[in-house]
Amino acid sequence: MGEILQIKDLQVSYGGIDAVRGISFNVREGEIVTLIGANGAGKSSTLRAISGLVKPRGGSIVFNGDDITGLDPTAVVSKGLMMVPEGRKIFPNLTVLENLRIGAYLRKDQLDSDIEMVYNYFPRLKERSWQAGGTLSGGEQQMLAVGRALMGRPKLLMMDEPSLGLAPIVVQGIFEIIEQIHKAGTTVLLIEQNANMALHVADRAYVIENGRISMEGTGKDLLEDENVKAAYLGTAGK
Amino acid sequence: MAGYICLILLIVTILENLSTFIPGVPQVLQPTSPLFTVLKKGAVYSLVAVSMNLLNGFTGLFSLGQAGFMLLGAYTYAILTVPASMKDQVYYLFGGCLLKSSLVDMFGAVFGTSGAGGAVAMVLGVLLAIILAGCVAAFFAYLIGLPVLRLKSDYLAIATLGFAEIIRAIFQWQKLGRVTNGANMIKGFPTFSSFNITDGSGGVVLRLSVFVPFLLASVCILLIVLLIHSSYGRAFKSIRDDEIASEAMGISLSKHKMLSFVISSFFAGIGGALFAMYVANAQAKAFTSTMTYEILLIVVVGGIGSISGSVIATFLYVACSEWWLRFLDSEMVLSNGFKVPLLRNGFRMVVFSVVIMVIVLFFSHGIMGEKELRLPGINGRPAGSKGAGKGKKDGAAAAKAVKEEKSSDDQED
Repeated sequence: MGEILQIKDLQVSYGGIDAVRGISFNVREGEIVTLIGANGAGKSSTLRAISGLVKPRGGSIVFNGDDITGLDPTAVVSKGLMMVPEGRKIFPNLTVLENLRIGAYLRKDQLDSDIEMVYNYFPRLKERSWQAGGTLSGGEQQMLAVGRALMGRPKLLMMDEPSLGLAPIVVQGIFEIIEQIHKAGTTVLLIEQNANMALHVADRAYVIENGRISMEGTGKDLLEDENVKAAYLGTAGK
Repeated sequence: MAGYICLILLIVTILENLSTFIPGVPQVLQPTSPLFTVLKKGAVYSLVAVSMNLLNGFTGLFSLGQAGFMLLGAYTYAILTVPASMKDQVYYLFGGCLLKSSLVDMFGAVFGTSGAGGAVAMVLGVLLAIILAGCVAAFFAYLIGLPVLRLKSDYLAIATLGFAEIIRAIFQWQKLGRVTNGANMIKGFPTFSSFNITDGSGGVVLRLSVFVPFLLASVCILLIVLLIHSSYGRAFKSIRDDEIASEAMGISLSKHKMLSFVISSFFAGIGGALFAMYVANAQAKAFTSTMTYEILLIVVVGGIGSISGSVIATFLYVACSEWWLRFLDSEMVLSNGFKVPLLRNGFRMVVFSVVIMVIVLFFSHGIMGEKELRLPGINGRPAGSKGAGKGKKDGAAAAKAVKEEKSSDDQED
């Protein structure tokens, strides 16, 4: 399988503070790859740099063979890289359907089959099709954010902490959907603090600490690693 | 929706012409009645209010430059349509105008200057001038938008307000007198009453002076509504809701903000041209920031993000300020000799301010909130949408309809 995303020595800084200090990793086509790490480790900054929301200070980002380092978000999205932003960020005053259509803003073809597909994943959204996005519950909003990103027919779907602020049972549901989406052929790059859930679904995982990658391996390996257990799973010594 | 617009146009035309066909109609229907002033000014202001709502309510850009763009539109229209025969008289302080001809004269040279040919020439000339008025405003909006649209909220408001004031000062500059007539007004161009159809001796056969602003304003508002319902409109609303998320969806913020700003200014320019036609002159000192606040107030009272709210609020506002509250400005002595206290010149504005304060304090979402007026036949959201009470009712009705359909199916089987 080819590598769909290659990150080399990526550096991001905000006003002199280095958030990401030379990260390299790759995502192969058809995988679920997860970046885990504590608050402020640089996970979100990495994602923002890939999607073009911030300009990296150095390093390179190659997507599907094209160098996309420093491109603006419109160009990045048009290459097939969609993001589910942190904290969902759905459009509260637009209806569910309008939210979904915005996800496909750069596409000019018919959307009906895609809307149908999203509604199949999330029947709850279909029921609430005409409701304003802001009136949905947290879990439904997360579904909407995922559905909205799927509308862009991404080659690579990036998710920034989809479990943030959701009840465990809802998180479980979201992760089941992530696996379904993955089985349907979408490559997923997942960023999570909820290391347990993330490592269970991931093919491969990277651990980020202080803006650097400190560990990498398959999801299974990291689940059993003593250091990871101690730092992120809270199950050390059991 | 087009049907409703046609109906409204028909009604105002009939109202306006009642006095021609039926002698002795009540004073309120006479051509000099404040009713028609309100209708004309309301049509003009509703277009400007809707254009401001497109920017402030739908794209979330808090701009206060509306009066400046109206000024550009008004002057463009006026300069382009003052007939050649009137130029020397209008520009007498500056020894004539640099622009020797007018658009109406140019079309007049093709279609003739009298009778039907003259009418066609005037309509074409005025229409072209109005469109150019919009284009000039849009062009300036583009130039100003390049630096200014990087600013957010209050800063954007201050920058656009400043621009409007600068434009006003420039147009009053005596050195530009041969084009703008300096601080003096430009007049003599075709106004709404120029569209009244007259017979040979000058008697009015058919009044169209209310029909014309209504037609122009409703066409423009219809265009804005279509824009808002298009994918561009959705993108504008998404920018208003969450800039970062819409950027992450691939919507270019700078491009769409500029688009919204330019389109809004285009229609504000057209609104300015219509305003010049309404007051029958163009003068820079009319387009003060007070005018922008007036329009902002209408938008707020109508509901930020509601087109029908803006239109309804405009007519209410204009009717109050030009007609219904006028009595507060004159002293009143009752039949028993009692002089009503407080009533004097200027008291209207006091009452008006209090009314507006009450609205803003207790009805902060305005008349319509973010909803639109729903009339049968206008495609809104289907059953079960926003608005709990109404949604439930619709839902129940839909359920009933489904049941009925089923039972009729059964019967067929």
